Amino acid sequence: MSQQLFNRLRAASVIAAHPNSLVDLHLDHGCIKCRISRELMDIIRKEGKRMVLAQSSETTVGNTVRRVLKIIREEYSRLRGRSEETDQQESLHKLLTSGGLSEDFSAHVPALRANVIEVINELLTELEGTLDNIAMQALEHIHSNEVIMTIGRSRTVEAFLKDAARKRKFHVIVAECAPFCQGHEMAASLSKDGIETTVITDAAIFAVMSRVNKVIIGTQTILANGGLRAVSGTHTLALAAKHHSTPLIVCAPMFKLTPQFPNEEDTFHKFVSPQEVLPFTEGEILAKVNVHCPVFDYVPPELITLFISNIGGNAPSYIYRLMSELYHPDDHDL
Amino acid sequence: FVRWLVNMADVNRVIQTQSSNLTPVKDAGVKKSENIHSKSENQELSKEEKLRQRKEKKQQKKNRREDKGNAAQPEKNATESQVQQQKVSGPTVVPSDASVNNEKLPSGKSKAELRAERRAKQEADRAMKGVKKGDSSQSFGLKSKTAASEPQSVVKRLSEHVQADDPAAQKRLAKKLERQQVPLRNDYGTKVNLFSHLHQYSKKIPLTQQTSIPCTVIHPSIVRLGLKYSQGIITGSNSRCIALLHAFKQVIHDYSTPPNEELSRDLVNKLNPNISFLIQCRPLSASMGNAIKYVKKEISNIQSTVKEEEAKAILKECIDKYIQEKIYLAAKAICKFAIEKISDGDVILIYGYSSLVNDILCDAHEKGRTFRVIVVDSRPRQEGREALRRMVRKGIHCTYVIITAISYMLPEVSKVFLGAHALLANGYVMSRVGTSQIALVAKAYNVPVLVCCETYKFCERVQTDSFVSNELDDPDDLIVTQKGSTHLEDWQNNSCLRLLNLVYDVTPPDFVDLVITDLGMIPCTSVPVVLRVKNVEQ
Repeated sequence: MSQQLFNRLRAASVIAAHPNSLVDLHLDHGCIKCRISRELMDIIRKEGKRMVLAQSSETTVGNTVRRVLKIIREEYSRLRGRSEETDQQESLHKLLTSGGLSEDFSAHVPALRANVIEVINELLTELEGTLDNIAMQALEHIHSNEVIMTIGRSRTVEAFLKDAARKRKFHVIVAECAPFCQGHEMAASLSKDGIETTVITDAAIFAVMSRVNKVIIGTQTILANGGLRAVSGTHTLALAAKHHSTPLIVCAPMFKLTPQFPNEEDTFHKFVSPQEVLPFTEGEILAKVNVHCPVFDYVPPELITLFISNIGGNAPSYIYRLMSELYHPDDHDL
Repeated sequence: FVRWLVNMADVNRVIQTQSSNLTPVKDAGVKKSENIHSKSENQELSKEEKLRQRKEKKQQKKNRREDKGNAAQPEKNATESQVQQQKVSGPTVVPSDASVNNEKLPSGKSKAELRAERRAKQEADRAMKGVKKGDSSQSFGLKSKTAASEPQSVVKRLSEHVQADDPAAQKRLAKKLERQQVPLRNDYGTKVNLFSHLHQYSKKIPLTQQTSIPCTVIHPSIVRLGLKYSQGIITGSNSRCIALLHAFKQVIHDYSTPPNEELSRDLVNKLNPNISFLIQCRPLSASMGNAIKYVKKEISNIQSTVKEEEAKAILKECIDKYIQEKIYLAAKAICKFAIEKISDGDVILIYGYSSLVNDILCDAHEKGRTFRVIVVDSRPRQEGREALRRMVRKGIHCTYVIITAISYMLPEVSKVFLGAHALLANGYVMSRVGTSQIALVAKAYNVPVLVCCETYKFCERVQTDSFVSNELDDPDDLIVTQKGSTHLEDWQNNSCLRLLNLVYDVTPPDFVDLVITDLGMIPCTSVPVVLRVKNVEQ
C-alpha cells in the first residue's frame, strides 16, 4: 500500500493536501510491527522520507509523518508514567542533572499499540473535519456588505465564503491568477451559490484594492516563521493590502504548518512548464528567450494579519508555539 | 420683492462689467508685459473681444431670465465653455463663471455700489470706444484681469464618456450625435457596480456596422481608423495619435470650402462629427486630446485672406511639424537622457509594450551598453510579447514572465522602466493597468522606478484612484479555455457573476522615482510646472 501511495505522489496526482491516506498507512504499520516503539518510529520515518522525496513541494506528507511520530512519543512517555509537561520542558536544570540520553524509546510498553491507534483515529477525524471547522468561524469575520478579495482557487476559502453567504450578503472579487486561471473556477463556483462575484485580471489587483475591505486567501504551506508559501501572485496581493491597510486573513488547516524556514533559496521554488506563459506557437523567439513560470510565492509574516485554522484564529507571531505543540524538534529533519 | 429683484439684476450687471473693466485701475505693469504678447495675437484678440462682448450680452439676458426663476443656465454655461474651449488654447476666460461667482455676493455696500456704478459706466464707455478703434492692449488687459482673478475658474465640462449612468447626459449625447449623423454605440454586458459610470463595449459589435455606406459626414479614412481603434489593431498612445493626425491630414486634403463659408470656421465644424465618431469607437487618449486641440487652434488661426490651397498646405505642414517635434524628436531627446541612467550589467524590467521604452532600450543597445531585459506581461492583452519580439530581433537578451511572478524576479532587477499614457497634474501617472502594481512591488524591493513620457502627454486633469475615469474593455476577453473547460463561458446568464477588464490605472507619485521627459529629468510632482510653462509659451 505504501508503494501505491508513493507512485501516486510521484505522479503528482495527489496534489490536494489531504493526508488521510497517509494516516491510514501509518495505522497499517502500527498493526504490523508494534513491539518496540523505537523500531516503529524508525520505520515510519523511513517511509516518510521516501514519500517526501517523491513530491518535495507537498509538505503535508512530511507534516503528517511528524505528527504521527509526535503522537507515538507522547503515548510512550505517557504510558511510562511521565507527564507531558515535564517531558516538554527541557529546563537547564534537567539538562545538567539528567546527563546522557533521556529517552531511547526501547522499553517495551504493552498498551502502546492500542493507544497509538486510538490517537491516530482521533487525528483522522480531526483531519476530516478541518474544512467544516474553519468554515464555522466565517460569520465571526465577515460582516454584511463587505467587499472581499481573494486570489486563485482554495477549497478552504471557498467553503469559508459559502458558509458566510448563507447568512450575510457581501461581494467577492476574485483575481484570476494567471497562467492557470484557477480564479475562474472559484468565481463560477461562488456565483452559483448566489455570492456576487467579480473576476479581475492579476494586473488590476492594486487598482481595485482601495475598495476592498478584507483579503482572504488560502495557502499551500505555512512556514515556521509565520510566513507563507502560497500561489504565485500572493505577495503582490499582500503588498497591495498592506499599502491600503487592508487586513490579510489566511485560512489554512493546521496540517499545512511546516517546520521549514524560507531560507533555502534553491529548494523553495517550484517551476512548471513555461508553455503556459509563452506557448510554442510563438515560434521563432522561443529559442532566444528565458521564460520562467514559478508556482509559489513567499509572503513574509509582517504582511499577514490573521491565521484562521481548525483550532481557531492566531496571529503570525504565535505560529512558533503551535509548531512546538504539533511536532517534536527531533523530527524536524526527517 | 420684484423691485429687489430688479435691483439685484442691476447690481449683477454692474459688478460684472466692473470686474471685467477693472484693468485701468490695476497696475499698468501687467499691461506692459502683456502688450508684447498682444501684438502678436492681435487678430486672435479682436475675434476674442467680439466673442466676449457677445457673451456678456447673453449673460445679461440670462441674468434677467434667471431672476424670473429659469433654470436654463447650467446648460448654457456648459455649451458656452465648450465653444470657448474649442477656440481658445491659452488662459481661457469664462465671464459666465465670473458672473455666477459674483451673483453669490450679497447686495453689499450702497455707497460703494453707487461709486462702482458711476465708474462702471465710464469704463463701459471707454471700453466701447476702445473696441471701435480696435485697441488690443486694453482688451488684453481685460483678459488678463479676469484670468488673474480666477486662475482656477476653468472647470471643464465633464465629458460624456464618464457619465454613462446619467440618463440626462446620455440623452444630450444622443441628440448631439443625431445632429452630427454619427451612430450611437450601445453598452454590452452587465457592468460592475463600481464602474457603472463608464461605457463598456464589445469588440464583436463594431460601430461601423451601424454607419451607412457611403457615409457623407464621416471621412472614409476616419471610418477605417475608428475600426482599427475599436478592434485593438492600433494601440498605444503614440501610435493612436500619429494615426489620428495622418487621418486628419487626409481629411484636410479632401476638404473643399463651400461657398460663403470661411475655412477657419467650417473645417472645424466638419471635423467635429469625425471626432465624435472616433470617441464612440474608443474614448480619446490624452495624447489624442492634446493633438486635436492643437489642430483646431491651428485651423482657427488661418486668416481669411489666405487661399484655400495655401491654407491646406499650411495645415498639413503644421501637423507634420507637430508629429516630428512632439513625438519623434522628443523620443530622441528622451533616449539621450535615458542612456545616462543605463549602466553596463544592468538588469532592466519593463512592462507591456511602450514604444518609447522600446526605443530607449534599442538605442542604448546600439550605443553599446550591455544589459539584460526582463519583460513582464499580463492577460488579456499580452502586449509584452510584441516588446519581446522587437527586442529579440535587435539581439537584446530577454527574459519573459507574467505579472504574478514579479516577486520572484525583482531581487535580481536593478531598475524598472515604465511607459505612461498620460501624466496628470497632481503627479499621478496614468498608464496601462498593472503599472501601479509593478511600481508598488519595486518600491518594496527598493528598486528605482523610472517613468518615460513625452511632454505632449501631460494633461491638466487630476485623479487619485483608478475608478473615476477609466476605460472598460470587452469583458469577453477574460474568458479562456484551460484544459478543455471554459468556466466563465456563460457569465452573461449568471446574474451574480461579473467580469472586469480595466485598461488603465493610476500610479501614485511616491512610487515613481524619476520622470524622463524631452525637457529633462523631473520628479513626478513637477508636472504642473511643465504645464504652466507650456501654456505661457503658447
